[in-house]
Amino acid sequence: MKKNIFWMVLATFTLFLLACKKETQIKEAVSGFLGFQKPAHFPEPVYKFANNKVTEGGFKLGRALFYEARLSRNNTVSCGSCHIQSSAFTQHGHEVSHGIDDRLGTRNSPPIMNLAWNKAFMWGGGVFDLDLQPIVPITAHEEMDETLENVMAKLRTVPKYPTMFKTAFGTEEITTARFMKALSQFMLMCVSANAKYDKVMRKEAGATFTADEAAGYALFKTKCASCHSEPLFTDNGFHNNGLAPSNIDDQGLYTATLIATDKYKFKAPSLRNLSYTAPYMHDGRFLTLNGVFEHYNSEVQATPNLDPLLQQNGKRGISLSTDDRAKLTAFLKTLDDTELITRQDLSEQ
Amino acid sequence: MKKTLNFIIISAITIAITACTKKNDPTPVYNPANLASLSVEFDNIVGDRTLTFNNTGSLYTNTAGEKFSISKLQYFISNIKVTSTSGNVYTVNQDSSYFLIKGQDKATRFAKVKVPEGDYAKVTFTIGVDSLRSTMDISKRTGALDPSGTMDDGMYWGWNSGYIFFKLEGNSDVISNDVNGDPTGKKQFKYHIGGFGGYSAPTINNIHTVTIDLTAGGIAKVRKDRQANVHLLVDLMKVFNGSNSFSIAAHPNVMFSEFSTKISANLKELFKHDHTEN
Ligand code: HEC
Ligand code: HEC
Repeated sequence: MKKNIFWMVLATFTLFLLACKKETQIKEAVSGFLGFQKPAHFPEPVYKFANNKVTEGGFKLGRALFYEARLSRNNTVSCGSCHIQSSAFTQHGHEVSHGIDDRLGTRNSPPIMNLAWNKAFMWGGGVFDLDLQPIVPITAHEEMDETLENVMAKLRTVPKYPTMFKTAFGTEEITTARFMKALSQFMLMCVSANAKYDKVMRKEAGATFTADEAAGYALFKTKCASCHSEPLFTDNGFHNNGLAPSNIDDQGLYTATLIATDKYKFKAPSLRNLSYTAPYMHDGRFLTLNGVFEHYNSEVQATPNLDPLLQQNGKRGISLSTDDRAKLTAFLKTLDDTELITRQDLSEQ
Repeated sequence: MKKTLNFIIISAITIAITACTKKNDPTPVYNPANLASLSVEFDNIVGDRTLTFNNTGSLYTNTAGEKFSISKLQYFISNIKVTSTSGNVYTVNQDSSYFLIKGQDKATRFAKVKVPEGDYAKVTFTIGVDSLRSTMDISKRTGALDPSGTMDDGMYWGWNSGYIFFKLEGNSDVISNDVNGDPTGKKQFKYHIGGFGGYSAPTINNIHTVTIDLTAGGIAKVRKDRQANVHLLVDLMKVFNGSNSFSIAAHPNVMFSEFSTKISANLKELFKHDHTEN
C-alpha cells in the first residue's frame, strides 16, 4: 500500500513534469522571435543595427509605444492613428495628416514600411536617423503637440512600462534614447517583402506573372524604375517629378538644405502597397492611380529642377496610353503585400 | 658619498621650499592626469546695461535706433579647450563639455570643466554643438543634449534634425503686423540660430569657435585647492550691432535661412574677457 502510494505520487509528479516541459516547449515555439531578417532579394539595410539590435522585448515595447495615445498632449492620438496597419501604415482617406484637436498637417502620412533601407526620412528629408524621427510628430503642434519630457513622465506612471523597459533594456529606467530605440525596433520590423512580386522574384513554387503583369513589369522597367527602383521601389533619392507647386508652395528638400538645386525635390516614395495607401503624393493630391498616370502623361510642370528623365527629346512627361495604364496597374498590384497589413504581431495588442 | 648625497637632497628640498614660500604660487608641472576645476562664467549683458527680461519700462536701443526688450535667451557652449602660458593645449573630455546657458536661470551661467593644474592664457570654445555630436547615435546625447531636456526650451529642431545653437527672442514696436513682421500683432522678434553643416549634403554651417585671450584680464591659475573662474561678459547688443549689423524691422524672424549666417558671424563678437577670479 505504502509502496503504491509512493509510485502514484512519483507517477503524478513525472506527469506534471512532462506537462510542464511540454508547455515551456510550446511557449518557445510560439514566441520564436527571429528579430530583424533581411529578405534574401533585398540589399543590405542602411539602419545601424549595431547600435540597436532588435530584441523581442524591445520590439514589444516599441509596439506598445507606437499604439500609445499618451504620446499626445491630451492622450487622444497615437502613432497608429496616422499610420494605420490596414492602410499599410498610412492614414487612408486623408490627403494631409489629421492630428490632435482635428488639426490638419501639410503632408500625407507615408507608410511605415521597409524603413531599415531609408537613407532620409520625411517627404522633404531633414531627418537622417530613424531614432530621431519620433521627435517630430510628438512635438508638432498639428500632430501630437506634446513635449518629450512630458511623455517620459507620463510613461513612468503607467505600471506596465517600467517592466517593459526592464525586459527590453535591462533596467526600469525610461530615457529618451531607450524610448526612441524601442519605437525604431517596432518600425524596423514592418518589412514588406511578401507580395506576389517578391514570390516571383524568389522563384517560389507556382509564382509567375500573368501576361498583363509581365507586360506591365516591362513598361515599369523602362518608364518608372530609375526613380522607383527595385526591389524597394524607391532609389531613396529626391527628385522633382513635375507636380505643380502646392497651395502652400512646399519646396520639399530645399527647406532642409537651402540648396537652390533642391527646390521642389521630394523623396521618391516606394510603390509597394499602393492599393492600400491612396491618396498619393506628398500632399495626397491624387485619389487614384489613374490620377497619377495622367500626371506623368500630360500634367508634368516645368518647375525648377524638374528631373531630366521627365523632359526628354523636347517632350515633358512620360506618355502612358490606356493600354499601358492597364498593364502598369496589373503589375503594381503584384506589389500589394497582404501580409504587412494583416500580420498579427504588428497590430495593436 | 652617502652623506654628500643626503646633503644635496636636503638642500635641494630646502631651496624648493623657500622658493615656494617666496613665489608662493609656482606653476605646477603640466600633467594631463592631474585635473582640477575651472569654470567659465557667461555673464549676459546688453551694451552698457545688465540683462533683464521683459523690461518694457526701460527698453534697450540698438545702433539702428530701434528700441527693444528681451524675453528669452539661451545658447549652447561646447568643446572647451585651454592653452597654458607655456603653450600646452588641453581639450576637455568631450562627453563633459556641453553646456546650455539659459539667461533666465542664473545657475546655468557657469561652464564647469576639469583641466590639468596649471596657468592658462587662453580659453577656446564652440558656440553651438559640433557637427559630429549633432549626428551621433541618440544614446550619446545625454545631459544638456538630451532632446527631451532641451526640447522643452525648444533648443532642437525635430524636422531638420539638429540643435538650435543660439536663441534670442524679444519685442520691438518697430515690427510690422503683417507677414513680414509678426502677424499675431505681438511685435515679437525671434532669432533661432542653428545649422551644423548638413548630414549628407552640405548646407549652412553656423558653428563658430571663439578663443579668448586671458593675458590682459588675468590668466587662470587652476589648482586643486581653489576654483578659478574666467568671467566673460556676453554682450547681446552685438547680435544687432556686430560686424554684420542689421535692423530688427528688416529681419524680425531669422531661423534656418541664409541670413542666419550673418547673425551667427556676429555671435563670435559677443564674448569679452572681463577678469579672472583665482
Ligand atoms: C497626425 C498624424 C501623424 C502622427 C500622429 C504621426 N505621424 Fe508619422 N508621419 C505623418 C506625416 C504627415 C508624415 C510625413 C511628414 C513629412 O514628410 O513632413 C509622417 C512621417 C513619418 C515617418 C517617416 C517615414 C518616411 O518614409 O520618411 C516615420 C518613421 C513616422 N512618421 C513615424 C511616426 C511615429 C513613430 C509616430 C508616433 C510617435 C508618428 N509617426 C505619429 C503623420 C503622423
Ligand atoms: C524622375 C523620377 C521619377 C520617375 C521617372 C517616376 N517617378 Fe513616380 N514619383 C517620383 C517622386 C519624386 C514622387 C513623389 C513626388 C511628390 O509627392 O512630391 C513620385 C510619386 C509617385 C507615386 C505616388 C506614391 C505615393 O505613395 O504617394 C506614384 C504612384 C508614382 N510616383 C508612380 C510612378 C510611375 C507609375 C512611374 C512611371 C510611369 C513613375 N512614378 C516615374 C519620382 C519619379
